[in-house]
Amino acid sequence: MALKIVKGSIDRMFDKNLQDLVRGIRNHKEDEAKYISTCIDEIKQELKQDNIAVKANAVCKLTYLQMLGYDVSWAAFNIVEVMSSSKFTYKRIGYLAASQCFHESTDVIMLTTNQIRKDLSSPNQYDTGVALTGLSCFVTPDLARDLANDIMTLVSHGDCVKRKRCSVLIMYKVFLKYPESLRPAFPRLKEKLEDPDPGVQSAAVNVICELARRNPKNYLSLAPLFFKLMTSSTNNWVLIKIIKLFGALTPLEPRLGKKLIEPLTNLIHSTSAMSLLYECVNTVIAGQYCSSVGSVVLCVQKLRILIEDSDQNLKYLGLLAMSKILKTHPKSVQSHKDLILQCLDDKDESIRLRALDLLYGMVSKKNLMEIVKKLMLHVDKAEGTTYRDELLTKIIDICSQSNYQYITNFEWSVSQPVTPHPPGISVSWWTIRVFAVAQMATLLDNAHLLTGSMQRNGICEVLYAAAWICGEFSEHLENPLQTLEAMLRPKVATLPGHIQAVYVQNAAKLFATVLKSQEGNTDSTTAQETSQLMIDRLPLFVQSANLEVQERASCILQLVKYIQKLQQKDVEVAEEVIALFAGELNPVAPKAQKKVPVPEGYLDLTPPSESESEDEQPKAIFAKEEPKHSRPRHTEVDEKELARRREARKQEQANNPFYIKASPSSQKVYQDAPGVEHIPVVQIDLSVPLKVPGLPMSDQYVKLEEERRQKERAEKKKKEKKKRKEKRSGRGKKHDSGPESEEDITPAHMVDIVTEEMPEVRCVSLQIQFSTSRIFNELSPSSFWVFNEKKSSKHKKKKQKKEKEEKEKKKKKKKHHHHHHHSDGGGEESVQNGTVEEEEPLPVSVYDIQGNLQDGSQVVVSVIFENKCDSFLKSMEFNVLDSLNSKLQRPEGSGPHDGLTVPFQLPPGVSNEARFVFTVQSIVMPQKLKGTLTFIVKNEDSSTHEKLDFKLHFTCTSYLITTPCYSDAFAKLLESGDLKGSSVRLEGVNMPFHHLLARICFHHHFSVVERIDSCASMYSRSIQGHHVCLLVKTSGQTVSIDAKCDEPTLLGNVLDEIKQTFSQC
Amino acid sequence: MQFMLLFSRQGKLRLQKWYVPLSDKEKKKITRELVQTVLARKPKMCSFLEWRDLKIVYKRYASLYFCCAIEDQDNELITLEIIHRYVELLDKYFGSVCELDIIFNFEKAYFILDEFLLGGEAQETSKKNVLKAIEQADLLQEVSNTGLHPESFVNPSCV
Repeated sequence: MALKIVKGSIDRMFDKNLQDLVRGIRNHKEDEAKYISTCIDEIKQELKQDNIAVKANAVCKLTYLQMLGYDVSWAAFNIVEVMSSSKFTYKRIGYLAASQCFHESTDVIMLTTNQIRKDLSSPNQYDTGVALTGLSCFVTPDLARDLANDIMTLVSHGDCVKRKRCSVLIMYKVFLKYPESLRPAFPRLKEKLEDPDPGVQSAAVNVICELARRNPKNYLSLAPLFFKLMTSSTNNWVLIKIIKLFGALTPLEPRLGKKLIEPLTNLIHSTSAMSLLYECVNTVIAGQYCSSVGSVVLCVQKLRILIEDSDQNLKYLGLLAMSKILKTHPKSVQSHKDLILQCLDDKDESIRLRALDLLYGMVSKKNLMEIVKKLMLHVDKAEGTTYRDELLTKIIDICSQSNYQYITNFEWSVSQPVTPHPPGISVSWWTIRVFAVAQMATLLDNAHLLTGSMQRNGICEVLYAAAWICGEFSEHLENPLQTLEAMLRPKVATLPGHIQAVYVQNAAKLFATVLKSQEGNTDSTTAQETSQLMIDRLPLFVQSANLEVQERASCILQLVKYIQKLQQKDVEVAEEVIALFAGELNPVAPKAQKKVPVPEGYLDLTPPSESESEDEQPKAIFAKEEPKHSRPRHTEVDEKELARRREARKQEQANNPFYIKASPSSQKVYQDAPGVEHIPVVQIDLSVPLKVPGLPMSDQYVKLEEERRQKERAEKKKKEKKKRKEKRSGRGKKHDSGPESEEDITPAHMVDIVTEEMPEVRCVSLQIQFSTSRIFNELSPSSFWVFNEKKSSKHKKKKQKKEKEEKEKKKKKKKHHHHHHHSDGGGEESVQNGTVEEEEPLPVSVYDIQGNLQDGSQVVVSVIFENKCDSFLKSMEFNVLDSLNSKLQRPEGSGPHDGLTVPFQLPPGVSNEARFVFTVQSIVMPQKLKGTLTFIVKNEDSSTHEKLDFKLHFTCTSYLITTPCYSDAFAKLLESGDLKGSSVRLEGVNMPFHHLLARICFHHHFSVVERIDSCASMYSRSIQGHHVCLLVKTSGQTVSIDAKCDEPTLLGNVLDEIKQTFSQC
Repeated sequence: MQFMLLFSRQGKLRLQKWYVPLSDKEKKKITRELVQTVLARKPKMCSFLEWRDLKIVYKRYASLYFCCAIEDQDNELITLEIIHRYVELLDKYFGSVCELDIIFNFEKAYFILDEFLLGGEAQETSKKNVLKAIEQADLLQEVSNTGLHPESFVNPSCV
């Protein structure tokens, strides 16, 4: 009612007050700008008058106009005038206007100092109040300096609680602007922490909490006082601030964490205020409370309750906090996977996105397939929304995470339409095909990078898919001829047979496309050249040992020869050739398809040198039928397609902010009724049209996989001796036993150089680990291995001695195969990413060092342990002597010399992989770390403790990450002048230039930016973001490499390593 | 808290309070961007979003959106509580407040906000005290408007 009186009195006094202005603006919707400009003219007139009431009214109107976005800075002086009015009514308006319009560069602010000082010390507490409020908005460093003392006086001598409280709060703003005032003021501020008035106390807590967040270490001494406050206070506002303060302090003082854990858990248990609970949970997560697993479990439990709540806000915050826990305690979050997956059904997109983020971090080898399967269901539902794009991106991210380390089953992933490397055929795939085709073409172009590393991973399966995609969607290719050329490179012949077969077939499709594009072109040389290219290159495949490849190649070769003849007679053949592969949806003529079954189902990834001999054996192991690449015809999807589109449209409307239906038009606050109804999502079963006949769908696959695993588990219990046999019979086999073995699914495609011909040589079995290359972003064959062998062996048994010679011979052979593979017959090679000097009869370890992209100071070393002896190995401990620069990351609480327990045991002949994370400070120098592996060798009758020394060689190359770079970006980089140069010459390099480049790419993680004749530019980047640019030129047997890098030491070392690679050619 | 904005469903700004010094140009840009972002959100969505390096907490009451920007470590739930508290205060003061009340008495809305928050921090958490302070200040204004000397009415003893 006070308001009504005030309103009435103001109304009567002026011609046009604020209300009139507002009303006027609302009545002049069409010509608002014009109306306002007349208003401003009036206001200017009013400001010229002497009457302070008129001026105040004008200033009030200006404040309103300022909010509408009009410039009122010209009236700053008038605002100061109104501020200095002695009447509270006008002063209040003046200060309001000032706090809204003034900012640091307003020059009249300096005129206000004295006025503010006067108001601060005014006997009228309301004058002080408005002055403090205004000051909190426009305080400048000058004002802060000049008024700090006055404020301090208010703090200590204020007779009024409110004044005290406000002045304490404003101190924070003053400190920010004028830090020098903090030191003298601090004792008084500290006093206020124990002020009898809770308001003043809370203000002091507020200020100190904010200060401590900026610079915690100065406030550690206050911890006991705050601890007392925390246990005594019941005011949630204060408690939240105190807890936040502790959150800032604990990282500096770990003991505090132990002390706090109890009151914090008590609060978590007892409080009913969600804000307080959330603050406690957040502090526990963020603080160094990791030692207490119990508290984390409690937090996760509480967060689960939040997430299960129907309140969207709590759900969101619960997920947000979960993702923070995930970083430190992934295990405890992973057990709530069900809940997180449920959140994907939430109607709130921001919650779904949060849940997606969480899922990304929760993926493990074990649950990847299940999670992706669920996500795929959502992709179908979310058709036509931006959320769907997000989903697809996330699925791709999830699958390619950490270089595909979680993908244990490439066969499965190939059946996934959206994973990065599938010949996937579904609606979602359809939408990205143009993009994908371009990607695939690049992939084929860079295939040499992949082929090098292929025997240790399933990555070359990607080429199978890529080749098919490029052939099938050749009309989307930018440069089909170039891709064709890439597909017919001699190197392709080293790929497994079934991939070669696809290559040949799709080369023919591309050929057809090229012909078509050249049709009508008067100059027929390109077309003829293309034919010639086919004729030149195909014989290589005709000679293939693989029947499939041979058959296709000879067919196509004859066809091309015939076409060439026609071409020479200037007959237009393109139409006919294209007809061979006509039908967009049904790529290969059905008959042809039937004729050429490509074995799939089991990926034979043995290196070609070996597979050649194997290829002659009948393909009995390829049990499954080939997946057919035909897509369901449009006609049969019509009905469902329509339904799907309807659904998509609905989704789109729901997402469109302008499509909102009218809300219930109540104007009153408190309704909280959001108005726009949620549009129910009609579920439509889309599985049918999306299904690809012949391709195992993901869910089926998961089921199969599960059955298989169950069977295996059952079999394992029987403890049979058939292990080896089974392994050879194809499917992935559990190699490890012991507690952790349930945890990992063995990759379905074991890459195993098993010497089947010589089974008696028990010791020679080299495991090659799974792919780590990224496909889309970079082609990074992470590394390769070389074995060095130490002859000394203390624990040689007589029996093994006999075999030793044989074994060594075998090893050399292996090595040779290996090299042959990488270098394409380029002879011996030497640079190694990793070498483990090993002793027998102990486990062979092979390792791979890779930089962590996310963290420039982390390097992950994967080590494969293989037990080559007859005894059971257990209690393995891996330890490395830390250097100043590199440190093995050990779990919290363990000393710097403690070893890490390898989480598995090794029965004879079994191998397993473990990963170790190292923190590396400087990456500019290579270094060797010495380490030991201790373990217990257990025989039937005895067990001995053994030790194996090894060295880890961290080359500079291992810190480089293959990063693609476009030539313009590359040129810019060189022009920038920040890079320092260096160069190296290699003599007597006797290999084709492209081999040389491939070698640098492969061994040293570079990518080719541009290649012109015998000159190429290459690029790579270190995990800490150093750019490394190379210019490689060759003439005769001399290769010169000019290099530039922002870190000269790193560059020098990388060049040395490159030199070493070629020195042993 | 960095700032608080009130805007209508049509995107019209109804109130703005900045606790960090920014130029008018920046303020306008931020306002435009945020109003767009918040209005584009669907009704059943949660009240929080990440925006630049800040967290935005907003809540819709009838036709008005109340929107606050807080720093990364700040508590979203307590910010919601602040918004709600402010709405309650407006409601008590105007008696079933509606958007028009705030449009026509926008300076009052500011005074209430200033009485409740100072420099972005809650200075008085008791609703009763805030309202009492506002009422007294209004009374003082009324007195001074009717021509009496303000000082004579001031009660120097504080609440």
